[in-house]
Amino acid sequence: MAEYTLKVRRYQPESGEGAYWEEFQVDLDPSLSVLDGILQAKDRDDGSLAVRCSCRAAICGSCGMKINGQSGLGCKTQVGEAQEMANKFAKGDAPIVIEPMGNMPVVKDLITDMESTHWEKIRRVTPWLLPHGDPPEREYVVEPESMIDITQSMACIQCGACVSSCLSMEADPGFIGPAALAKAYRFVGDPRDAETTERLHDLAHDPHGIYDCTHCFSCIDACPKGVAPMDQIMRLRRKAGEEGIDDPNNGHNHEAAFIKIIEKKGTLDEALLLQESYAPGVKGKLKPTKGAIKGLLGSIPTGIRAFRSGKARSLSKMIPGVHPKLPDGAQDEVKAIYAHAEEHREEFNLYIKGEEDVEPEPDEREVETA
Amino acid sequence: MKLAYWPGCVSRGFTTELHGSMALVAERLGIELVELDRANCCGAGVIAEHNQELADTLNARTFALAQETGLAMMNICSTCQGAQSECQQRLDADSSYRAHINEVLSGQGLAYEKGKDGFTNKNFLWVLVEDYGLDKLAEKVQRPLSGLRVGPFYGCYVVRPKERLGYDEFPDRDIYLEKVIEVLGGEVVEYDGARKCCGFPVITMNRETSLRQAGTHVGDALDAGADCLVTPCPLCHLNLDMQQPEAAKVVNRDLDLAVLHLPQLVGLALGYEPKQLGMSKHIASTGSVVDRLAGVPA
Repeated sequence: MAEYTLKVRRYQPESGEGAYWEEFQVDLDPSLSVLDGILQAKDRDDGSLAVRCSCRAAICGSCGMKINGQSGLGCKTQVGEAQEMANKFAKGDAPIVIEPMGNMPVVKDLITDMESTHWEKIRRVTPWLLPHGDPPEREYVVEPESMIDITQSMACIQCGACVSSCLSMEADPGFIGPAALAKAYRFVGDPRDAETTERLHDLAHDPHGIYDCTHCFSCIDACPKGVAPMDQIMRLRRKAGEEGIDDPNNGHNHEAAFIKIIEKKGTLDEALLLQESYAPGVKGKLKPTKGAIKGLLGSIPTGIRAFRSGKARSLSKMIPGVHPKLPDGAQDEVKAIYAHAEEHREEFNLYIKGEEDVEPEPDEREVETA
Repeated sequence: MKLAYWPGCVSRGFTTELHGSMALVAERLGIELVELDRANCCGAGVIAEHNQELADTLNARTFALAQETGLAMMNICSTCQGAQSECQQRLDADSSYRAHINEVLSGQGLAYEKGKDGFTNKNFLWVLVEDYGLDKLAEKVQRPLSGLRVGPFYGCYVVRPKERLGYDEFPDRDIYLEKVIEVLGGEVVEYDGARKCCGFPVITMNRETSLRQAGTHVGDALDAGADCLVTPCPLCHLNLDMQQPEAAKVVNRDLDLAVLHLPQLVGLALGYEPKQLGMSKHIASTGSVVDRLAGVPA
């Protein structure tokens, strides 16, 4: 047993007062959970301390919260570990800081309203199967292998920890967000679904869709079930790219330009990337969409400042395409890699394959061959 | 100390002051850098988003070029670190996948071998703390950054995901900037944005979201009394410094906060002058940093 101080952000709407901090002393084994600590405080000190919980085993997804600023489940975070983290950032003894989930309105204490920021967005991605044609007489039959790809997004328990941690949503509350987009991939990747292209088109065209994710990995660290929502968003982008979906957010253009530049030059020609992201093929067929024109105009003041400061005064930084390629045949090596990889396009899924890379012992190998 | 050095694209593009200051700092620290001038872009996550095998092979090529030197590899960009670690994790996970990737490299006389000579690829920040050592760094300080209030800004790619970035072995990697600032004699400024996203990856896709992130963090650091930010990521630098005047418009407040590259901050403490470190090439004024250090002789 050990003593811990829980510093809880409280909000009691019926009091008419704003949010405030309150510290509770609890006494429990370090291997028990932060949720156990909160429940002890509620039991011994203040029954009005509000927290949502049920299974206490990381299955139901009820007890999402922020612990020392990190979003996760109260029941899946050991109180001893939480104490170590609190001390590390404070460089000394510090209380474990517990807050309600972020990016959501708080109802009371640690209880948030998930309707507008989570469930509404989940419904936004049409989270059900859309098959075409008459339903089969019996169940749908699919190859088991074809479902493996989406098992990761199926593992979601709707706890909202990823939404709480999302740094894009912090800047843009309209962002569809990690949970809903991971759910979208669950149907985009499902071989029974017949509206894959429509789904991808919708999510690529929405200014708060797949191209609004800043690739910050917060949701990956927050998710208690290994769903890695950001990875699912990147899969959606990959599929949208494969389908050639042209979006008004410059998402596909930016990706296509990046890929082309590295094939030609080996390292990034920033001036060309900027131009091509907004107006691909400017030398041949300029397709100035509204988003492209806005983007190009918006980047002019930054360009002028970069020139004035001396940051971008060389030809290669001012004129797209002047950037040199890699030296002494190295560029040909890069091109050969492109030829090989664009043909295979193998996707190594760590979630399915794991990190076991145990080389068989020589005698085992012999047995296998025998 | 001798290292295979991957400077990345941006340090030789829009932030040449990073590449230049790293060279000066390495010299004074006694670190010999063997630049991998045949290596290619890490893909910054964008190539992996298009074709995972392509990103994995391109980075396997860079690792193989580093392994040819027999040296450990160092980068100076959080984004390179993250993108390369992601590929390395997949390459290291499975020998048959590695063999498939090495197939095309073998035609170029190259191969990536897992764990060859204890191969590592580390950001300069990690090298400084884990391999060079803070005690040794402290001995090299000629001009302690006394009174300089510095806000750390890590860049997502060196702090998340923890499971991929070696936090099991090095759990303090997300407080290294604070440690370095203190060793250099500066004062750490605590503010909300230190481990958040600068917004750069969506600057061409959702300018508003992107600049709101940059502007918010710079504003928070100013409110906390920072004289400057320091970052090991040149892409963060682009959004926090080069785009700062635009970010100010989005968050609707005045912003003028110097943003230093990690080697620039180290370089100041090693006695280099701001101009030598390319600090005149920034967009946000670095004058406050220069003024603050004016009373401290080099």
